[in-house]
Amino acid sequence: MRTILAILLLFALAATSFAQPAPPAPPTPDDTAARLKALEEKILALESEVKTLKEAQALPAAPSTASSSSIDTAAATNAYPPPAEQVKGPTQGGVIGGAPQNAKLLNPDISMIGDFLATAGGNRFQPGPALEFHEAELGIQAVIDPYAKGDFFLSFGEEGVELEEGYITFTGLPRGFVARVGKMRSAFGVVNTLHNHTLPWIDRPLVTDSLVGGEDGINDAGFSISRILPAPKGLFLEATGQIFRGDSADVFQSHQRSDLSFVGRLRGYKDLTEDTNLDIGFSYARGHNDLGTNFLTQLFGSDVTLRWKPLRRAVYHSFLWRNEFVWSERQQLPAAQRAFGFYSAADYRVNRRWTVGGRFDRSARARNDNLTDSGFSAVVTYWPSEFSQVRTQYRFGRFAEGKDTSELKVQLLFSLGAHGAHPF
Amino acid sequence: MKTHGNWFRSMLGLAALAAALWGTAGTAWAASKLNVVTTTADLAALTQEVGGDRVNVQSIAKGYQDPHFVEAKPSFLLMLQRADLLVSVGLQLESGWLPPLISQCGNARVQPHASGNLDASQFAEILELPSGPVSRAQGDVHPLGNPHYWLDPENGRRVARGIATKLAQLRPEDAQYFEQRFQDFSRRLTEAEKRWDAQMLPYRGRKVVTYHRSWPNFTKRFGFQVMGEIEPRPGIPPSPRHTIELMEMMKREGVKVILVEPYFDLKTPNSIASGAGARVVELLPSVGGEKEASDYFKLFDYDLGKMAQAFQGQ
Repeated sequence: MRTILAILLLFALAATSFAQPAPPAPPTPDDTAARLKALEEKILALESEVKTLKEAQALPAAPSTASSSSIDTAAATNAYPPPAEQVKGPTQGGVIGGAPQNAKLLNPDISMIGDFLATAGGNRFQPGPALEFHEAELGIQAVIDPYAKGDFFLSFGEEGVELEEGYITFTGLPRGFVARVGKMRSAFGVVNTLHNHTLPWIDRPLVTDSLVGGEDGINDAGFSISRILPAPKGLFLEATGQIFRGDSADVFQSHQRSDLSFVGRLRGYKDLTEDTNLDIGFSYARGHNDLGTNFLTQLFGSDVTLRWKPLRRAVYHSFLWRNEFVWSERQQLPAAQRAFGFYSAADYRVNRRWTVGGRFDRSARARNDNLTDSGFSAVVTYWPSEFSQVRTQYRFGRFAEGKDTSELKVQLLFSLGAHGAHPF
Repeated sequence: MKTHGNWFRSMLGLAALAAALWGTAGTAWAASKLNVVTTTADLAALTQEVGGDRVNVQSIAKGYQDPHFVEAKPSFLLMLQRADLLVSVGLQLESGWLPPLISQCGNARVQPHASGNLDASQFAEILELPSGPVSRAQGDVHPLGNPHYWLDPENGRRVARGIATKLAQLRPEDAQYFEQRFQDFSRRLTEAEKRWDAQMLPYRGRKVVTYHRSWPNFTKRFGFQVMGEIEPRPGIPPSPRHTIELMEMMKREGVKVILVEPYFDLKTPNSIASGAGARVVELLPSVGGEKEASDYFKLFDYDLGKMAQAFQGQ
């Protein structure tokens, strides 16, 4: 046993002596200068570190941040921290390169958005409870590898959990292609691509409900490829092609594997001035409907958006006017139905905290183009901060059956964590 | 209503579309200058200093625009699509608009951590690093530190150094040119700093109030004391109660100057100023905020001129 130990020890010693670096060559003048410079830099760095530490010691404990960040707090507690703290900030000493990010090392960005809804008034065509936690949207987003990023949005509603979207985006493809694979809101029009919390209204327009699958919309598993097209200078043109399984709300239904649905979109955008821009899109969707493989539904859409936002006062004022038109052709018996619907909506940001808006709706129904509903809405939104909003919407509806409805909706939206920015 | 072969046809259609687009791609490649896109005008100015005539520089945000609230317009995608290098401020300043632009632009070179994506904050001295817990009860805080670091000329020098190194990496044949431009910039900056320091010497230690926390690097470098902000918390609009408290504090502490960025409304600052016997100074956080502030040097010339003007005779 002892011999074995001795041998091991010998080996270990030998190994360490081998591992020692070779003695350094005599320094050349260049070398010395470089090393001196490196030492100087080190001393400078140490000095600044000492300074930082000294300053940190001189400071009182970090300000408490335990209080909740509800809307009330944001709006009402504006307690002014003592000047000393303001002058010094959390730590006055600087560090080269920003904070250590250990806390979120490799973790995806996680966010939760709450959507609470209260409704008064009657609407037997679009019924809903008086109070509901309409949706809690959990977002998990991260870069996957040097070639792709991943996004997941899980929607927790009153009826259970649904994967609202979950996809991988390939950002490193050659020739400017961007591809996406997974379950996603399709690129048909504008409203169909938007999550509830990014809508400028509480509900969705009648045309969306009647022709494009309502809140769920055309949202399906498949893949998408898009690319910016060559165009005259200053004009942005983008084409998107998407192929899906063929199941989307009450619009498309797949009865066999070959019942795929297809969505295509062409988008043109131009800055009219620095503050104003025009966005025009044409969309097409085609798939099989609930009647069977031999029954197709085709949707044609066009959208026009005019935006104005003065760059110098961007946080205070902006205006947006958006219109979407949808033509639906649904094959059914005895005759195909051709329904048309549209909305026209405008929003004006009055100041940093208030936005007002309105929307006019009109749409025939996909399954019976003789029935046309219309309505209008007035919307007021208050933003205590960027991370919460209170919205009120008055909605009047004139439904084809000859009954008018009148509703008042109040929505509270609040956002936790790092929710990735949405596309423009 | 025949739909046989629908699957095959959709696939074929998509493939044809992709093939057609493939042929149109990659025409604007052989340009001799490096195409650099920066998120802010300050980074564009620094890139221009070291890049000289070997680079084409474009900035996404204008100097008079709040860099937190830029819209991710598709026209910026056109800029990014052709960029060899994207330089950003980092520290989440652009987190509200840059990520979707990067992932939509279809340019592999500028994707996060690719060779053409440079986060300039790694070179700079960063202030206001939170040392305790961070939450949004503090407002729209930047948990990685204050991103307005370019307002200290020393950071300008560091960032320019970093950009020059990156440009040399992308264009090794021009490495010497970039290095020489950087040395020249650095020398001119040292001279300018002497001038600026002399100009500010009489006012060191003066107290100011700012609108947003855009100025810690600036005030630290030139020796001003920030006593408070008009925003109760970063990103939260001013409120009556906070305004009154701020006014009282300014009177108590003898704060005579309020610094406001050009993209904020002057109504509240003006009323605070008149209540507290102070004056409002519209200071530029970025190159291009006004016509006169057309490069990195002129930005400080402009701002420090305004400061001197404000403090004179007090």
